[in-house]
Amino acid sequence: MRWMWIDAVTEYEPDKRLVAVKNVSLAEEHLHDHFPATETHAALPLMPNSLIIEGMAQTAGILVGSVNRFREKVVLAKITRATIDADVVPGKTIRYDAHLDRIDEAGAATAGTVEMLDHATGAWSRIGAVDLVFSHIDNNMAGLEFPEHNFVFSDNFRTILRSAGMDSLCD
Amino acid sequence: MALSRDEVSNRVSNVLEEALGVDQDEITPQATLINDLGAESIDFLDISFQLEKAFEADCSPDTPFKIEQGELFPENLLNDAELVENGRITDEGMALLKEKMPHVDFSEFESDRSVGKIPELFTVKTLVDFCERKLAVCAA
Repeated sequence: MRWMWIDAVTEYEPDKRLVAVKNVSLAEEHLHDHFPATETHAALPLMPNSLIIEGMAQTAGILVGSVNRFREKVVLAKITRATIDADVVPGKTIRYDAHLDRIDEAGAATAGTVEMLDHATGAWSRIGAVDLVFSHIDNNMAGLEFPEHNFVFSDNFRTILRSAGMDSLCD
Repeated sequence: MALSRDEVSNRVSNVLEEALGVDQDEITPQATLINDLGAESIDFLDISFQLEKAFEADCSPDTPFKIEQGELFPENLLNDAELVENGRITDEGMALLKEKMPHVDFSEFESDRSVGKIPELFTVKTLVDFCERKLAVCAA
């Protein structure tokens, strides 16, 4: 599925916390460009930090959306803080642990930690933190209007919600 | 016990440092949030959330330190044709701004009323005043 940077939701505490995982595979095309071999260096496939942040945004976005049964259009508005302290290479699994910090009619703030599983040792290690602010864009400050249908929680998201047993939360 | 002005100012400074990524020495009472500290519209939501967190322990659950949408910054008011005419705030708009934002000092702004000057109204001092007013209500 294009532009889905989480594979599955593994834990869900309503209105509080949502955890998702992503398995990083060498079959993902973007890794071949990040970074390709050069005349002087061998290829170095690394999961881009920007996409790790996007994975957290999708995890936390589902958590925020679930509070209002996915009626609100939840859009990432601000990366308050992001630190990623380790390289994530193919074969690793990333775990996004998102906590709901605040939510109101205008938007929400989340705090999240990023962990990585080393399959060789079976150990999870904390590799970063990503705190985000989301806007409920139909209640945005500029008074702009957006399409009526919820283009944020599209079929791709619904597939993930269904596999996590969360589709009953959608109206 | 009521918080001192210095304590309120310190907490506001910490919130601004975190939310806007600015240094403490840039956060002076007269610094404007938008022009001097680089705040954008979404930052006001972040600042509101962080202020609620910073002061929630000072208020009881019955009267929480809750910042409603539009309470801190006028937002949609400026899109209302009856409140803005030829780029300037109308009499009706001024009355509404004063009612909605008692924490803002409009004395200098009132002679000009240019919408373009609204960002200059929101200073660090404004934010500290806003928090003090809310704390006075929630502690009452």
